[in-house]
Amino acid sequence: MMNHYEKVKTIVDKYGGNHDSVISILQDIQSEYHYLPEHALRAVASQLGLPLIQICGVATFFKAFSLKPRGEHTVTVCLGTACHVRGAPAVLGEVKRQLGIEPNNTTDDMLFTLETVNCLGACALGPIMVIDGRYHGQMGPGKAKKILKK
Amino acid sequence: MGIAAMKTLSSAADLERLRNRILSRRDSEKPCVVTSVGTCGVVRGSGAVAKAIPKALSSLKIKHLVDFKTTGCHGFCEIEPVVVIYPERVLYQRVTSADIPEIINETLVNNKIIERLLYVDRLTGKKIVNEQDIPFYNRQTRVILDNNRLVDPHKIEDYLALGGYSALCKALFHMQPEGIIAEIKKSGLRGRGGAGFPTGIKWEACRNAPCSDDIRYVICNADEGDPGAYMDRSLLEGNPHSVIEGMIIGAYAVGAHDGYVYVRLEYPLALKNLGIALGRAREYGFLGQNILGSGFDFDVKISRGGGAFICGESTALMASLEGKVGEPRQKHIHTAVQGLYGRPTNLNNVETWANVPLIINRGADWYSQIGTEGSKGTKIFSLVGKINNTGLVEVPMGIRLREIIYGIGGGIPRGKKFKAIQTGGPSGGCLPESLIDLPVDFDRLTEVGSMMGSGGMIVMDENNCMVDIARYFVNFLTEESCGKCVPCREGLDRMQDILTDITEGRGKEGDIELLEELGDLLKESSLCALGTTASNPVLSTIKYFRAEYEAHIREKRCPAGVCKALITFMVDSEKCTGCGVCLRECPQEAIFGEKKKPHTIDQSKCIRCGLCRDSCKFEAIIVA
Repeated sequence: MMNHYEKVKTIVDKYGGNHDSVISILQDIQSEYHYLPEHALRAVASQLGLPLIQICGVATFFKAFSLKPRGEHTVTVCLGTACHVRGAPAVLGEVKRQLGIEPNNTTDDMLFTLETVNCLGACALGPIMVIDGRYHGQMGPGKAKKILKK
Repeated sequence: MGIAAMKTLSSAADLERLRNRILSRRDSEKPCVVTSVGTCGVVRGSGAVAKAIPKALSSLKIKHLVDFKTTGCHGFCEIEPVVVIYPERVLYQRVTSADIPEIINETLVNNKIIERLLYVDRLTGKKIVNEQDIPFYNRQTRVILDNNRLVDPHKIEDYLALGGYSALCKALFHMQPEGIIAEIKKSGLRGRGGAGFPTGIKWEACRNAPCSDDIRYVICNADEGDPGAYMDRSLLEGNPHSVIEGMIIGAYAVGAHDGYVYVRLEYPLALKNLGIALGRAREYGFLGQNILGSGFDFDVKISRGGGAFICGESTALMASLEGKVGEPRQKHIHTAVQGLYGRPTNLNNVETWANVPLIINRGADWYSQIGTEGSKGTKIFSLVGKINNTGLVEVPMGIRLREIIYGIGGGIPRGKKFKAIQTGGPSGGCLPESLIDLPVDFDRLTEVGSMMGSGGMIVMDENNCMVDIARYFVNFLTEESCGKCVPCREGLDRMQDILTDITEGRGKEGDIELLEELGDLLKESSLCALGTTASNPVLSTIKYFRAEYEAHIREKRCPAGVCKALITFMVDSEKCTGCGVCLRECPQEAIFGEKKKPHTIDQSKCIRCGLCRDSCKFEAIIVA
């Protein structure tokens, strides 16, 4: 089995070890591990020859990255303006109540992670909720509850 | 030899031969079934529709007689999924996969129209058969977006059939870089990303900037972060080659050999389609070494964003491209002179790039006929929020808001009253009904305290609270502020505190004035455009909706019935049938009442989550 260092190396090599690919490299690592483990950040820094603080800076600056392990399923509620004016806050309120967590957190059983996003660009269908990449449009709190129960 | 097996094109003549071959194999009279599989369509189930079409054609054994095509978004998101049948352009709306066998059988085989799937015009109540007769489409000027309905983004042949890459040929073989820049300058094209900087002047600055190793870059900004704006997504998903062609022309004009497209991560389909298109363009020799035998080299890399709004700002975007934290820097020296890796860098927005082939092909004189004195060409807006016809709208600059909202947009749903239109994203402002006849261009919007931004237009009705909207944008910007400069970081934080107090009933006299003072301070002293424009949503809502702020502060009342702390949910006993649905839905057990008798809400338990109102079929839950 490939060890962690090699796994990271394969990803770094895919981008030719270029500094302009830091974000892409971290994104690929995150899709592999569902978050950015410390050992991976250290490996990226040493393989790219960049200071660890720069990698950590990027990893904490961008919303897309998580330094905490994430749940099996990701629930994302869009809070873009079009969704907001059509009632996204009520949808988020209901999802928070159902899962018992605030955004950017994971349920204790590691089943669900709740996230918010600023706009998915599918504004005609707002409010939008995405579960594991599947879009659910024209949400209301009641509909969100039903989908989550499933 | 099939078209796909064709080798790299090495001259303009090669390209024309290929184009002629593609065209000779196409028959414009042959029926073609088109369905759009952009993000909006897919969310509504167009994936299944697209699968059902070839299946239905096969089962009737007419696959060889009918073409089938999937395209990107056509722009009328409200009626997705659509199926359009060429050559007549019969349009069926909100189609499901179950409708497909009937469509194929009735319309294609028996030549009959299926009435129930036709679009119904809201104004006249009449059914419309053909796409080109739908007011939403025919009141627009779709010079850029129109090709979305004709192009399968995975097939470069479709783009070539429409004359694709002929502007590139013209630029490479019949124009000098200086001539291209002069043409773009003459066209009056201004950046579509928000600031409206004249594109030609930027190109010229980049070309003329001193650079010791003569390395220059071009970048396509596809970090479309303004919530409520998605025209760039639609262009990249639906017609990526138009953007790529624009970039190659721009690179040739400024003398760059490396390009980047910085795409936000939230657009997976745009990333995919752009990646496929770049691969195709490389195979055919539109990218890479010695493009079309001209001796010019250029290639493009995709860079994915990381979910930071600030990275739409050019200097922050470039920092992030260099693998650093996406913080902006001061622009004493423009990025056109010192940008990526300290080298001259020309950055334009997706829509700006898509305008370039058009200008080169049809000329600056043609282009500058469209639009107003200071803003030329068309602009794509995404018309969203409380509007009947949600979708992408391409109109000439200078069109009046009224025409966009009522003529194209079809007005406000459920007979509600129009209250405001928000333009320009978090850097823009909310414009009231009194400005509905404002001609829309870069300068007019700025004059009234808003801005063009990337073209989001969010319509609000009487049920939207303007203080809540201001708080929404300030919350957004507080979260997205990178924290580098003090006015933006601390100023937004204080504005957020004040707005939260007002919406939660703790507002006091002097708050409005303090917001205005903070707003002016941010405008004057922030480092980048995020900070200098951040107060627009607050200042514009104060300017046009001051009474609403005062109602929150003085009377502790939210006139629109939005701010949770200031409203109560009540049961309208006339309308309540006592069905018990709300009682079961209420997470607080705050609703009680006997079956078939009007229910009551216990205000001490109610958390105003809105589940009761959402679940009531009789509109018996009222907000006061």
